[in-house]
Amino acid sequence: MSKPPSASGTPAVAFSFNGAPFEAAPGQTVGAALVAGGVPAWRTTRKGGRPRGLFCGIGVCFDCLVTVDGVANQRACLVEAREGLCVEGSGTAIEGGSA
Amino acid sequence: MSGIAARDVAVVGAGPAGLAAAVAAVEAGARVVVVDSAAQPGGQYWRHRPENVVAADGRGHHDWGVYLDLRARFDAARATGAIEYVPGRQVWMAQNDDGGFTLRTTPTVAPSVAPSASVAPPASVAPSDPAGAHPADVTAQRESVSTIRARRLVLCPGAYDRQLPVPGWDLPGVMAAGGIQAFIKANGALPGRRFVVAGTGPFLLPVAANIAEAGGMVAAVLESSSPVAWFPHLGAAAGVPEKALEGLGYAAVFARHRIPYRTRTVVTEVLGEDRTRAVRTARVDPGGRVVRGSERLLEDVDVVGFGWGFTPQLELPVSLGAETRVDADRSLVAVVDTRQESSIPGLFLAGEVTGVGGAALAVLEGRVAGASAAARASALSPAHASPQDRDQGEAPPSDALPPALSPADAARVARYRRFAQAMHRAHPVPDAWHEWLTPETTVCRCEEVTAGQIAEARDALGAADARSLKSFTRAGMGWCQGRVCGFAASCLGAGGGAHPSEASLAASAKRPLAAPVSIGELAALEPSTTTKGTPA
Ligand SMILES: Cc1cc2nc3c(=O)[nH]c(=O)nc-3n(C[C@H](O)[C@@H](O)[C@H](O)COP(=O)(O)OP(=O)(O)OC[C@H]3O[C@@H](n4cnc5c(N)ncnc54)[C@H](O)[C@@H]3O)c2cc1C
Ligand code: FES
Repeated sequence: MSKPPSASGTPAVAFSFNGAPFEAAPGQTVGAALVAGGVPAWRTTRKGGRPRGLFCGIGVCFDCLVTVDGVANQRACLVEAREGLCVEGSGTAIEGGSA
Repeated sequence: MSGIAARDVAVVGAGPAGLAAAVAAVEAGARVVVVDSAAQPGGQYWRHRPENVVAADGRGHHDWGVYLDLRARFDAARATGAIEYVPGRQVWMAQNDDGGFTLRTTPTVAPSVAPSASVAPPASVAPSDPAGAHPADVTAQRESVSTIRARRLVLCPGAYDRQLPVPGWDLPGVMAAGGIQAFIKANGALPGRRFVVAGTGPFLLPVAANIAEAGGMVAAVLESSSPVAWFPHLGAAAGVPEKALEGLGYAAVFARHRIPYRTRTVVTEVLGEDRTRAVRTARVDPGGRVVRGSERLLEDVDVVGFGWGFTPQLELPVSLGAETRVDADRSLVAVVDTRQESSIPGLFLAGEVTGVGGAALAVLEGRVAGASAAARASALSPAHASPQDRDQGEAPPSDALPPALSPADAARVARYRRFAQAMHRAHPVPDAWHEWLTPETTVCRCEEVTAGQIAEARDALGAADARSLKSFTRAGMGWCQGRVCGFAASCLGAGGGAHPSEASLAASAKRPLAAPVSIGELAALEPSTTTKGTPA
């Protein structure tokens, strides 16, 4: 699984995902940090309970919804990861790099 | 009044078209407001990492010099106050009233979780600018400018990847091809390790090239069409030689990274239980029918990027009543004249909304739209700096306005448009794509409506267009309001590989709210829609 880039040399941003510590490269979105950090899905659908993560990547599909600092229904592909943010998915997240 | 920006010209979108429109309008003497849902300028084409974190260096970008030039002029106009820039806000409603336009905006990301401004304030404006002409801090703007009034409106909202459902496309790891591109450009990271890029059109090439250059493995690029489909259009292609050069550049990247490029090949299924693990591919005939016995399993794939062209974001033009048509790529697009003016006087459109044609065309259209909008605003009111002036009398006909492009640029526009039409014809959505589906395949990802449910509503209830499918099956009723499934549902409603009707595409593009808003924002609408006040 790809790592946050180290090119900028700036220290990683620490936030929490479902209560556990998580890291993002500075400027990355929450969705990108999750996917690059080995979490491809963080929401399950209402009817089928199917896992969802990023799809359109640009704020159009709303597949990637998360709760951030208690504010529900934020698009993970648009929210920039910031130090101390508290990010929660819904349903069961899928973790562990796929490869 | 606080919270309201009133200007001669409002521009929605700060991508190639919107930046060019804003700069052209301001250089023609108009006072301009630009609202964009993204946190910094660039749109899809020039999307880059947050400027406060990494200085943009144009790596992986084309036409970066064009961007830098537009950006410098944009920033210069911000510094004088001639452009007010409102990033991080989405227009959720547009109204045509009192000879002008009113835009209602909402924060893209809840203000409490959005970072502070990533775009530096204009250099010459101190944060405590006593004139208070424009708040220097974008975060302050993000919270305050909820309503925008302008005499003329230029809509440049762009497009998003068009999708065709396929079994397994709702698995995590399946993304829009442009979404992968955006991920790389905005985050400087990759959404996975081993990729398949599939669909149709030249856009698949830069996506695969960017993945490879960023260190990802591209297992295959699958193009449903074939180079043969270009043969009738070689004249149009020769008119835009820079595209051929770009193509050669990709060919070099493909060769360097040994990326397999297969034509007349599609993904018929994405496999995995809870995430993408593999894809099934198949050869297809020119109509998109699977060639029997050609199926292959491609294993160890964790990301699949699908792109079937683009769907222009038409809800704002449609909500204002602008005339539409179906373009050669079967997308619903807005009709404009040579000034980029729509059928609604004072409403100008540029970029992908007038027909998918790429960034270079979007820039030229934006220039025309911005200059025309500024000319119109001042033609109507010589003292255009004074917003109190009401529009009086008839607008002058478009051809009475000065030309916005040099003959050479006008010829470029014609060539790019011819190229775009040729591209659409050479890379059609395969007629038989619906044969790749099973009854269980999800079509509407939000409401989880299957192909079987849609077929049933069509055959048993006569639901043949997006609107009736929506009421019978809920397809298109969810969070994305049919943006992702609207085209596919229109095709499936038409049935049997028939092309979607304009009425169905238009019904799907009708979205009373262009973005989700809070009850509070809706409630606050009441008084201002009923009272006819002077513009700010
Ligand atoms: C995800 C994606 C990636 C792409 N990447 C490339 C690429 O790498 N190379 C390439 O050649 N082409 C790319 N394209 C094609 C793209 O359409 C370009 O041709 C070009 O960006 C079009 O310019 P535009 O100005 O018309 O629209 P865009 O660049 O899409 O700009 C539109 C802007 O308007 C904003 N906007 C839209 N609706 C609203 C609203 N309601 N309120 C406020 N703001 C709004 C958007 O956030 C965006 O910033 C991509 C398309 C997509 C969808
Ligand atoms: S991935 Fe589509 S809205 Fe975030």
